[in-house]
Amino acid sequence: MPEYAVTVLGADRPGIIADTTEILADLGLNLTDSTMTRLRGHFAMTLICAGDVTAATIDGALAPLAVRRALVATVREVGPDGDVAAPGEHYLLTVHGADRLGIVTALARVVAEAGGNITDLTTRLVGRLYVLVAEVDLPATAERQALGNQLRAVAGRLGVEATLRSGEADLL
Amino acid sequence: MVRAPATVLSTPCEPVNPTAAETVRLAEDLAATMRVSPGCVGLAAPQIGVGLQVFAVDVTGHPKTRTCHGLLVLCNARIVAASQWHKGREGCMSVPDLTGDVKRAGRLVVAGQLPGTGEDVEFSTNAFEARALQHEIDHCAGLIFLDRVTGADAVYARKVYQPPRG
Repeated sequence: MPEYAVTVLGADRPGIIADTTEILADLGLNLTDSTMTRLRGHFAMTLICAGDVTAATIDGALAPLAVRRALVATVREVGPDGDVAAPGEHYLLTVHGADRLGIVTALARVVAEAGGNITDLTTRLVGRLYVLVAEVDLPATAERQALGNQLRAVAGRLGVEATLRSGEADLL
Repeated sequence: MVRAPATVLSTPCEPVNPTAAETVRLAEDLAATMRVSPGCVGLAAPQIGVGLQVFAVDVTGHPKTRTCHGLLVLCNARIVAASQWHKGREGCMSVPDLTGDVKRAGRLVVAGQLPGTGEDVEFSTNAFEARALQHEIDHCAGLIFLDRVTGADAVYARKVYQPPRG
């Protein structure tokens, strides 16, 4: 069964999720993974859904959202889960400090060059304070201590604080 | 009140002489500032711009409090033992627009010195007082709760009650 990635973005107001998911459900599409949140007054929805329809059909069905609610929707077919990286160790990267251009890029680049994979990332800007929290999978071969030092050094040059901590979940 | 981003909040604080007159004044200032700040259950010296290991905590009357020592003002405090870790939502007067989920020990043994006499103290506590103490000891180590949030989805815009219009 084909899978599709759907994004919907627009000014936040009540009913966006209900309207969008109703259209998808009426097409027989089953929602699998999704993330939906409000970003500075804009509602952003990214979801994966599966069903026996074409991308063009979904696109057409979502089109009224653009007219009625001024939402921008995109649809693209995606393949099955890509190659899953070998399980590594889970870490949390926290960065905070005065906002400036390039914080995410600089720190994400350090993580990438260490072979780390960022699986979730949130940033918040409140007043002058910029906060980044990223969940990072590191390969077992990665030098965790060296990466932490390098992240702190790069953060220091940007005038922000960075900490890398183990994010392993407790098994209960 | 110092708000993040600020170097004083991100720099480990210096130990203090608990018997020095300026330490006693700082302790009094922290306790007084905490008392006049609505909803404030703890305040550390770096939050008022002083990079010294002194803080005040008072969780009296808070619904999550179990063990309660009333007003605690400690110098050079350190965690001796910590266990029973729980995740809970925290805020901070130095980060007024955000809250976050932080895992803290629910049972804690803390050692420190009292301002004025310099007496060494060590005591056990739990629940909300333990959380507040860990939050303030972190401030003295140059850490804020954002350094300890439990995940990328664990930082929240602070909800501020808005009275209905009209």
